[in-house]
Amino acid sequence: MTHILNTNVIIFMLLTICGLILLDTRLMAENATEKGLRIVQEAEQYDKGFKSYVSNQIMVLRNKNGKESRRHLQISVLESEDDGDRSLIVFKRPRDVKGTAMLTHAHKTKDDDQWLYLPALKRVKRISSANKSGPFMGSEFAYEDMISQEIEKFNYRWLKDETCGILTCWVLEQTPISKTSGYSRQVSWLDKNEYRLWQVKYFDRKDTHLKTLTVSSYQQYLGKHWRADEMLMVNHVTGKSTNLILQDYNFNANLEKQNFTQVSLKRAR
Amino acid sequence: MLILSFAHLIILYLIFNLFVTPISASTFTEIHGHSSIDGRYFLESGREPDQPNKNISLTIEPEIYIENSSANSLNIRPFFRYDSTDSKRTHLDFREAYGLFFGEFGNSQWELRVGIDRVFWGVTESRHLVDIINQTDLVEHPDGSHKMGQPMAHLSWINSRGTFELFALPYFRERTFPGRQGRLRSTPLVDSEQSTFESAAKHQHLDIASRYSNSFDNLDIGLTWFEGTSREPTFTLGIDQFGSPVLIPNYHQIRQLGLDAQFVTGAWLLKTEYYWREGELNAVSLEEDYFATVSGFEYILFNLFNTSLDVSLMFEGLFDSRNENANVATEKDLFSAFRITFNDEEDTTLLLGFFQDLNKSTRNIVFEAGRRVAENIYLEMESTFFLDIHKLDPQFTLSDDSYFEIKLLYYY
Repeated sequence: MTHILNTNVIIFMLLTICGLILLDTRLMAENATEKGLRIVQEAEQYDKGFKSYVSNQIMVLRNKNGKESRRHLQISVLESEDDGDRSLIVFKRPRDVKGTAMLTHAHKTKDDDQWLYLPALKRVKRISSANKSGPFMGSEFAYEDMISQEIEKFNYRWLKDETCGILTCWVLEQTPISKTSGYSRQVSWLDKNEYRLWQVKYFDRKDTHLKTLTVSSYQQYLGKHWRADEMLMVNHVTGKSTNLILQDYNFNANLEKQNFTQVSLKRAR
Repeated sequence: MLILSFAHLIILYLIFNLFVTPISASTFTEIHGHSSIDGRYFLESGREPDQPNKNISLTIEPEIYIENSSANSLNIRPFFRYDSTDSKRTHLDFREAYGLFFGEFGNSQWELRVGIDRVFWGVTESRHLVDIINQTDLVEHPDGSHKMGQPMAHLSWINSRGTFELFALPYFRERTFPGRQGRLRSTPLVDSEQSTFESAAKHQHLDIASRYSNSFDNLDIGLTWFEGTSREPTFTLGIDQFGSPVLIPNYHQIRQLGLDAQFVTGAWLLKTEYYWREGELNAVSLEEDYFATVSGFEYILFNLFNTSLDVSLMFEGLFDSRNENANVATEKDLFSAFRITFNDEEDTTLLLGFFQDLNKSTRNIVFEAGRRVAENIYLEMESTFFLDIHKLDPQFTLSDDSYFEIKLLYYY
């Protein structure tokens, strides 16, 4: 009797434990995706209200042999409440591309609208926004790394918490929904204090670790918005790297929708 | 022309000072631009003994930009070319010299450009059909893509219904043609001294143009209207002061209704340009209303085999309803091309294009390549081949003018 009872108790306990484990892993699995999405939504909410900004950027491209070349750009961004952000990138150097400008109207779910202004011909050209994986101006940054990434275009998963320097970071995995992305997934380190991105590992379609982005320092603007000063993108396959220096942030430019039209694109310089 | 350009500059300067606040400490001035040296080598000797096989040419094209405290600006862009063989190709032009003003009115934005400017309309690659505001600077390039500055007042009105543009074009500019010693010219030579005009006002005829454009998600459309002096002359045979036969350009009054549209989906770009035109003479000197179209697509293979190369494939059909009576070479042609963008640090690009006339034997091959060779220096190579040109083709006199060009551009 005692023996049977004991057996029943043991079986019951085992079943309960198994059930709890199953339930717990199910909960954990759900939590990981939900938690991932929640963190990026919180991060977006945390930076909300910047309205618009202008910044100058310098890209220092280094090849395997250490040979350098530079790109100068000016980037303007307009925050959008109901749709994706609008951005304007004006090329300043090399001088042969000076005045060339790219206008993007990002969308939350459908394809982005993109136009290129070619000053030599005074021509505005609608371009395909399917060009996500190509190098931006010959650098190690792809077009998809330069344009605002809308949350709706990715699936997210929280992987773990990890210390990053003196901070603690969430380690998140994001997988693109779009088939035209050059990546199978990106793994990002986001700090828990201020939702700043410190590192991203990019995996190509064959899941090879292709590139690593490292952000070295941040500045806070308007007492709220954190923006990076310097980023380094290293390509592990080619040995090339690009240093992106971001400066002269102006959050008081008061840009509006009319600064992001095809007519204003022709005035960009 | 030079005097006119300077007169416009003076007017512009006055407008600039009248319209906007006096030049203050916040005025921003920038001077940049480029110069080039190029050489063309022709594979065959010219039809006439005084047409050499090679030429060397130099260009200067600075851009001066002056902006005042309210972001209105003065933009000046003179262009000068010196050519070692063709005196007609040695020329000066103001590509741009305009005042730019813009602002808001209620829920609309406006922009006004007054002076000499260049305006581009269209979406296709093989031929810029609806593009009509500026005259072609034909001495620059046989494909007609280089344009001269056009005096104009250009008002744009932008709101949620689209962009409305109005152009007043008070002065007509004649097309440039290569001189006696130049290659890529007609035989007989074009004599612009004897040009005729349908309008008694000649160059002073006020041409009017307008454009409506809008974007609907993946679709961009433009609807254009032009009424005035045709940029494309027809020719009559005459004689010059020495009794030699020449072609005399005749500029007619035309009306043109144009449409350009582009639809983008994924890596596909579908493009069409279409116009209906009346008032122009056809190849047998009869007035004939007609329509013409250039339509096709571009498909881009992004990041081909993970090489970071983008390969663009282009196919366009060119059609003119006058068919054999058309005075253009592209009355029924097929254009196919591929462009490779290397996406490297040197911005290397390469294009190979092929035109096949579907009525005649005529074929053209165009080749273009470019690469940055130093921080401020860009190298370009290009070539046009005229193959099996049919003797009834308007291009026939270019049959022996296949060439190869190499150009170094210095940017500052």
